[in-house]
Amino acid sequence: MHETDMTKALIATVKDWYDSQPEDPQIIKIHLVVGNFTCVEPVSLQFAYEVQTRDTFLAGTELVIRETPLIAFCHACQREYTPEIGLRYACPDCDTPMEDIRSGRELKIDHIEYCSDSVSAYAPNH
Amino acid sequence: MHQTIDAALGINLLHANQEGADHNRTHFDEWGVTCFNVMSSPGAGKTVLLEKTLAALRDQLRLAVIEGDMTTELDANRLRAYDVPVVAINTGRSCHLDAKMVAGGIHQLELCTNPRELDLVLVENVGNLVCPAEFEVGEHAKVALLSVTEGEDKPLKYPVMFQAADCLLVTKIDLLPYLNVDIEQIQQNVRQLNPHATIIPVSAQTGIGLTEWFEWVHQQVTQRCQAIVGSH
Repeated sequence: MHETDMTKALIATVKDWYDSQPEDPQIIKIHLVVGNFTCVEPVSLQFAYEVQTRDTFLAGTELVIRETPLIAFCHACQREYTPEIGLRYACPDCDTPMEDIRSGRELKIDHIEYCSDSVSAYAPNH
Repeated sequence: MHQTIDAALGINLLHANQEGADHNRTHFDEWGVTCFNVMSSPGAGKTVLLEKTLAALRDQLRLAVIEGDMTTELDANRLRAYDVPVVAINTGRSCHLDAKMVAGGIHQLELCTNPRELDLVLVENVGNLVCPAEFEVGEHAKVALLSVTEGEDKPLKYPVMFQAADCLLVTKIDLLPYLNVDIEQIQQNVRQLNPHATIIPVSAQTGIGLTEWFEWVHQQVTQRCQAIVGSH
């Protein structure tokens, strides 16, 4: 259910970007990065996106989701490890609790592919 | 000439909510108010914990509650019996409170009380162990509840909530004699994810652990007051 709200947030953010462009860009794909250590399920997000973008400026656009694994860094062992989500989060070697998460918390709009009539519409990261 | 362009954004999906949460927190800070976001699965005992907290602390701290409930005012009505300002937010079909809803709650609160005269606002979130963990509302501390009847494995299965908690109350411990649950294991499972959270086993029925919880509340409010005084 919360993917509906995430999608609303996604659409609102893309709309802000869309409105800030000098001319209406024709969006083709939106690339997201979604970490495995978030409350977001990519399949549900895809479904919510399709439903919620119907009859909007994003109708027919593709949502591309790249998932990132949960990776933590153990300061005692000075190395990265992959916690087993749902089973075990502490360091497998020394049992130190998971504190330093290096990957898996991402929840971001990475980039947008769009078509434009003029080169001047290019608006990179700001 | 048509051409495909790739624009890097790198914007967090929850950017708008985060901004809203920061805005709410700025209000709380200006007023010298501490805010807790109280979260748990449905039925873990959030409302009864708040009842006990209001009853015990209303003479020592100036309290208010923002109560999130999907459709009813049942919980809010229970809390109104304690003669503190209680604002109810019906979230409708949404399974969590977000910053915008709580901003609405803050404005309602301003209509019934002067927020500058408050010490602590308790936000009771919608019962859900998943999404409330991702949506900040402007709180200074996250309080999570886990009842012993839910089982030891829940911190492992719903890690984001337990990783984010500043204080975890393990509730309903008066039921332990009737359950095949290891409270030590619950605490160890939380510690794997969150070594710094304060963990307090409590029972709202018998009152065990509540004094420790009240002390934690006082400590948070005092720390915040000192931080505000220090910044001026």
